[in-house]
Amino acid sequence: MTESSGTILDAAQQRPRRGESQDGTSTGWETVIGLEIHAQLATRSKIFSGASTAYGAAPNSQACLVDLGYPGVLPVLNAEAVRMAVRFGLAIGARIARQSVFARKNYFYPDLPKGYQISQYELPIVAQGAIDIVLEDGSIKRIGVTRAHLEEDAGKSLHEGLPGLTGIDLNRAGTPLIEIVSEPELRSARDAVAYMKKVHTLVRYLEICDGNMQEGSFRCDANVSVRRQGSEKLGTRAEIKNVNSFRYVEKAIQYEVARQIDILESGGKVVQETRLYDPDKGETRSMRSKEEANDYRYFPDPDLLPVELDEQYIEAVRAALPELPDAKAARFVAQYGLPAYDAGVLTASRELADYYEAVARAVPGEPKLAANWVMGDLAAALNKEGLDIDAGRMPAGRLAGLLARIADQTISGKIAKEVFEAMWSSGESADSIIDTKGLRQITDTSAIEQAIEAVMARNPAQLAEYRSGKDKLFGFFVGQVMKATQGKANPAQLNELLKKKLPG
Amino acid sequence: MIHRHTLARLAAELRARKLSSVELARAYLERIQASQPLLNAFISITAEQALAAASAADAALARGEGGALTGVPIGHKDLFCTAGVRTTCGSRMLENFVSPYDATVVSRLRASGAVMLGKLNMDEFAMGSSNETSYFGPVRNPWNTDLVPGGSSGGSAAAVCARLLPGATATDTGGSIRQPAALCGITGIKPTYGRVSRYGMIAFASSLDQGGVVTASAEDAALMLREMAGFDPRDSTSVDTPVPDYVAGLDAPLEGLKIGLLKEFFDAGLDPDNERCIREALAVFTRLGAKVREVSLPNISLSVPAYYVVAPAECSSNLARYDGVRFGHRCKEPRDLTDLYKRSRSEGFGAEVKRRIMTGTYVLSAGYYDAYYLKAQRVRQLIAADFQRAFAEVDVLMGPATPTAAFAIGAKTADPITMYLNDIYTISANLAGVPAMSVPCGFAQGLPVGLQMIGPHFAEQRLLHAAHRYQLETDWHLRIPERFA
Repeated sequence: MTESSGTILDAAQQRPRRGESQDGTSTGWETVIGLEIHAQLATRSKIFSGASTAYGAAPNSQACLVDLGYPGVLPVLNAEAVRMAVRFGLAIGARIARQSVFARKNYFYPDLPKGYQISQYELPIVAQGAIDIVLEDGSIKRIGVTRAHLEEDAGKSLHEGLPGLTGIDLNRAGTPLIEIVSEPELRSARDAVAYMKKVHTLVRYLEICDGNMQEGSFRCDANVSVRRQGSEKLGTRAEIKNVNSFRYVEKAIQYEVARQIDILESGGKVVQETRLYDPDKGETRSMRSKEEANDYRYFPDPDLLPVELDEQYIEAVRAALPELPDAKAARFVAQYGLPAYDAGVLTASRELADYYEAVARAVPGEPKLAANWVMGDLAAALNKEGLDIDAGRMPAGRLAGLLARIADQTISGKIAKEVFEAMWSSGESADSIIDTKGLRQITDTSAIEQAIEAVMARNPAQLAEYRSGKDKLFGFFVGQVMKATQGKANPAQLNELLKKKLPG
Repeated sequence: MIHRHTLARLAAELRARKLSSVELARAYLERIQASQPLLNAFISITAEQALAAASAADAALARGEGGALTGVPIGHKDLFCTAGVRTTCGSRMLENFVSPYDATVVSRLRASGAVMLGKLNMDEFAMGSSNETSYFGPVRNPWNTDLVPGGSSGGSAAAVCARLLPGATATDTGGSIRQPAALCGITGIKPTYGRVSRYGMIAFASSLDQGGVVTASAEDAALMLREMAGFDPRDSTSVDTPVPDYVAGLDAPLEGLKIGLLKEFFDAGLDPDNERCIREALAVFTRLGAKVREVSLPNISLSVPAYYVVAPAECSSNLARYDGVRFGHRCKEPRDLTDLYKRSRSEGFGAEVKRRIMTGTYVLSAGYYDAYYLKAQRVRQLIAADFQRAFAEVDVLMGPATPTAAFAIGAKTADPITMYLNDIYTISANLAGVPAMSVPCGFAQGLPVGLQMIGPHFAEQRLLHAAHRYQLETDWHLRIPERFA
């Protein structure tokens, strides 16, 4: 299964699982988590060079001299990366810096060509925003976003297929990133995942990141610590680096919380360090301790001027923002009368929300029916095949065709499931399947009456029992008539007619 | 005698087809070859490419085509990247580095028709004031080969001084154009920071580095700089303001020019013979109708300490890319990654470069950043403000370019501080980003002395104009060491 959250399953996973305790609380410990999310910006070229950012090209085929850090080359800022960062900042109600500064983060690593990463340090482009997440009990919690800054990605070191050697692929070097740093306000692994998913939803709505976690376009570092319930002082934290799946983030944090509580309860001390999550073993392990940590010697990059943004620019970016997930969900509740939960699931991605709206609009007066089908049978079918909603397997118009036949009582809900399956496998319209299979619901009173009379004639004993007071046999007659009509009798009419006929 | 012509005259005679570029290139190449054992001004001599380019220039001139410098021989300081010709930066680290691209300065001068004869020696990564830190050996001063030519553009200055070239590119981070120009008795200009593109100019200290030229005369400098200067979209710190025609108006009268005599530069460290030359030069300007008054820049004494924080800090980061991984020197059979880094860099860099990398790493370290780097940046603002105040009152500031004339090779290598103090008068212009020149103004015990002229941002034309008018009155800039005359 892919981790791309275009699938409905990811959204459905957000359903609160009540009755589960938050991490640590049962033991009298409180968990404190802050996330640093790295989202690759969906620019066509790199943040400081004209090289392409496309993923998957032959190693080092998309690294120009600037990306390679050749002697004498200079960075030139990509305006599109700035615009995308501002879009994000505005979407989370943050302060957009009128002046932000690029700084050099100095350290040696083979896949870091210049020996420093160009990032932002003291003056980031975005500061002090907030993101709302839905907690396990359905309540909403506001998570502060300390800052979001622009920076360049490093290359990749490759070891596979190179025994005793390290290969370096610098295609990724210079890809624009926005690093989104939360306040340490997340209190459980589940909180962290909900927050990460919300950010994921947001960057995709904003069309600033493709959100592809397998390709590393969206990944996070988690700072995790624990403290005694009621304590104000933060515990010593460990930083879990580079986790690129929602599931791993949850598991890594759960493991780390348990590890830290174990240490503290047995009288030990948590060491401040960087740790890696090993998904195969399901554990985190130490990468380097603080003592070995780099002194990054940040200082303003003298090759780049401060980024200065004026009001007019910021307002123009604001004017071009799309409807954001929270606003869309609120509108779905108001406009379609959907429960908040449905609205949340359906707005988890822009594609899904657009799809739902197309269906709902095509079947007027049945928004809840549309929601049930999109979140139910359609979601299940898509997930089973690992397809995204926008893969085109079931165009909105085609699903709407099915729902229209439910709404006008041509078929029953039960028959509809059969029709849906046929539509899914054949790609045909609901009407053509209903016609070829003869599934049209029988609403002709005389036809239903005929069927009832035939059943009554064939089952005199049961009829006698019913008439002597055995009401439970009513269901038997419903079943028999349905069987005789291959399930096509309109259930409401059938009930009514049976009630009239059976007493005699 | 062709070598005694100024660059401007050569350009004019080439255009008039009185001269052939190939003949000119041959003549200079001969002088270069002959001088090499004595001066060591060149790291690479590119005779073959030069003759091909010269012949193409002749063909263009024959068709009535060509730019302002078509057929004129020049040289590039060996930190300007030149496609296909190695660019060493005077370092073992880049001993075999062949750049795949041209620096903007290189491509602009080529587009103007200039013919490159070779790459000029320099202090390693432009760090030095004597050209003694070059991995390719010191350059010698054509006036006295026991002496240094100054640095870091020592090869460029010596080559023009000995008339091995009519003009050469150079760079100035703390005086690396003006100090060697002064010590070799030639004209050098460091333009305003941002006037000349740094793209392809291998970085020492990015916020201070600025490309410029060394030539025999101010008119030559104006001509060459006009072709080099201008906005470059590849350099975010280059400034998008039009480049005036520096050559036009050079002859206009100087009447009324307000000159500020830089009080703090006439300190105890200034050699009396140098001071005499400077004061005589000022008398010439007075005769030309300029008004001279004393001006004080109170914070200028902080220039050297501030510079030796900012420049090493930037260098420590700029030189991190030389790690033995992608280009440059790589140690033999590294045991592991750390060994690769340590040995490649230990072997590839010389002592002065290492000293500055260590200083720079220290001043940027956690806990020291505020005390050193941040404070130095504040000092820089104070110095810039001093200049701004001064230029509200005067048009040009003048003073010595160096405290003394050229010194002996080896005399200052033991103590880096005495070496650093040789740049005491030049560093402030880099910290403030203002343009500055050195113009030959006499001799102290047989050695040339340089008059420094500093202007406000983008006042290159004003400096070149004043220097040209001075050179119409004097012949110091036409003096050539006897053995090269």
